[in-house]
Amino acid sequence: MQLFRAFLLRLFTTAITLSGVAVIVFFVIRVVPGNPIAMMLPPGATEADVARLTARYGFDKSIPEQFLIWLQGVVQGDFGTSITSNQPVLGLVLGRLPATLELSIMALVIAVFIGGFIALTGTRNRGTSVEAAIDVGNGMALSVPDFLWGLVLILLFGVLWPVFHISGRVTPSLDLPFTTNFYLFESVLRLRFDLWADIVSHMFMPALALAIPLAAIIGQLLKQSLKETMHLDYVTLARTKGYGENHVILREALPNAILPTLTLVGVQFTFLIGGTVIIERLFSYEGLGNMAIDAVINRDLPLIQGIVILFAAIFTAVNLIVDLSYAFLNPRLRHG
Amino acid sequence: MSFLAIKGLSARLRDTSFPILRDVFLSVEAGEVHGLVGESGAGKSMIGKALLGILPTSIEITHGTIELDGVDLLRLPPAERRRRIGATAALIPQDPLTALNPSRRIGPQITDRLVDILGWARSTAEARARELLDEVHIPDPVRVMRSYPHELSGGMRQRILIASAFAAEPKLIVADEPTTALDVTVQKQILKLIAEMQARHGTALLFVTHDLGVVSKVCQSLSVLYGGMVVERTTVRDFFREPAHSYSRALLAATPKYTDPLASLTPVPETVIAAVQAEVAAHDRSQRNG
Ligand SMILES: Nc1ncnc2c1ncn2[C@@H]1O[C@H](COP(=O)(O)OP(=O)(O)OP(=O)(O)O)[C@@H](O)[C@H]1O
Ligand SMILES: [Mg+2]
Repeated sequence: MQLFRAFLLRLFTTAITLSGVAVIVFFVIRVVPGNPIAMMLPPGATEADVARLTARYGFDKSIPEQFLIWLQGVVQGDFGTSITSNQPVLGLVLGRLPATLELSIMALVIAVFIGGFIALTGTRNRGTSVEAAIDVGNGMALSVPDFLWGLVLILLFGVLWPVFHISGRVTPSLDLPFTTNFYLFESVLRLRFDLWADIVSHMFMPALALAIPLAAIIGQLLKQSLKETMHLDYVTLARTKGYGENHVILREALPNAILPTLTLVGVQFTFLIGGTVIIERLFSYEGLGNMAIDAVINRDLPLIQGIVILFAAIFTAVNLIVDLSYAFLNPRLRHG
Repeated sequence: MSFLAIKGLSARLRDTSFPILRDVFLSVEAGEVHGLVGESGAGKSMIGKALLGILPTSIEITHGTIELDGVDLLRLPPAERRRRIGATAALIPQDPLTALNPSRRIGPQITDRLVDILGWARSTAEARARELLDEVHIPDPVRVMRSYPHELSGGMRQRILIASAFAAEPKLIVADEPTTALDVTVQKQILKLIAEMQARHGTALLFVTHDLGVVSKVCQSLSVLYGGMVVERTTVRDFFREPAHSYSRALLAATPKYTDPLASLTPVPETVIAAVQAEVAAHDRSQRNG
């Protein structure tokens, strides 16, 4: 019952957040100079051509009026038509979403693995030179933003030692049997491991670039909480029972130390998704972020709006998932 | 031969070489209840921790042996030592609120040692846990085993920790001030329970406390500690009749008596402190020269 009320409240606040984002984006991109229609027409188009198209996309009306029209459509699931491609925004955006989701989730998984490994190794070797080396490495990883890691990776594994693909999502000459845009996921379902390998080899570099800073954050924070937890009485008691270091870290300390990290990962994961915009551009990866940059360059206002709303929706969903898993992992909240 | 024999145990802070334990000799017979008394910081807990292999990493053992059932623990390789301690000894911790893992259910926290270290079948271990919870007077053991620690009171949790300590039928249990963190009303019950369980299972008990009243009730023998040094080891009867060491006498005088709990207490006189400190210093000098 309590949970249900919390859930309703959550839905309500989510709706308010998304509306707020919609309003702000809608007005801001219209205040920024640059005429989308003029950019779209070939040189030499007449005044009449411009006026006709302006009317067709509704740009001749006042901004509040435009907003109401747009909102009416959104409520009915119509996010308007992209100016550059002349296709429904919703379809375009949803078509690109799987690529970005797969990239972000792969980056998250890599970050959790690397970060978790760092934290466990550091805790296992606390107070030794191994831990000191880990701290130095973490500091370095954190002081370089994801897109610079992207450049480093392109140089290292794309140019100097070309073992990974550094451009695109999949080798263009391949014949793709997919019905959805979740290429990575579908290749596994169809047992097409040849395609899977090609896709992973394309995704790995951008995903790693996104993952490195997050891995460092996870490593740092989780190690810190693990080390604090290792001093607690129930950990000591487990030692007297005959358990060794590894067991004590994994079973006694980790479940309790992981909560602060989990919250942080939630927040950081939204940053990571934000990071896909530049990383996708850098690696010519056909996802939402890449599309967003094109949309901004072309002043494709309906498309920008659609993408921003979608990003905002993803962020809220991520936060919701984090809160739910927090409640699941912490028995005090589960029963409270 | 004593079940536990600590001989010449010395420990110090790793960084500063500050002595924490000074040439400690201590023995506990099978089934005996031995009290470890002394003021705060005397090193009572450190002895228990050294023997259970849970000294803080900042403290190192420099000399001595800890023989548990005839085997010197300090000579065993770490994994073997842990296993041996887990199989023959157990700890009743001081604070029941922090000694149970908040994210694990009670049942597995009692049975884990039996299953993982001693290799029992899970069902046997669970039956054993239910039986023990019954012994420590916990109503509805089945429900309690499914609970999380935060759903239970401090007194309940301490009963669970006592049950857990006895689960593997250890030959020696270290109880480090097992009642100080509890409500005064619960303290007596828990003390009675520990004595009851000890008698039923015939376990040797190393009872750390600074309450001589408790010692007189549950212990047969005791060691008095000061500055990480055992200043006196004697039977409870002799201690309360006629303590040998001046520090012991002063400690006894500083303890309220049941016969007259309101009688004014004499704090340990400074001359006595000075004397025992001189003893400690003399010991340190002889260590350096020898
Ligand atoms: N983690 C630690 N690191 C370094 N020194 C410690 C640590 N814990 C305790 N000590 C020191 O070791 C000495 C003995 O401490 P110990 O805990 O054994 O005292 P105690 O007799 O149990 O006292 P109390 O009655 O307060 O529990 C003290 O001087 C204390 O300052
Ligand atoms: Mg103590």
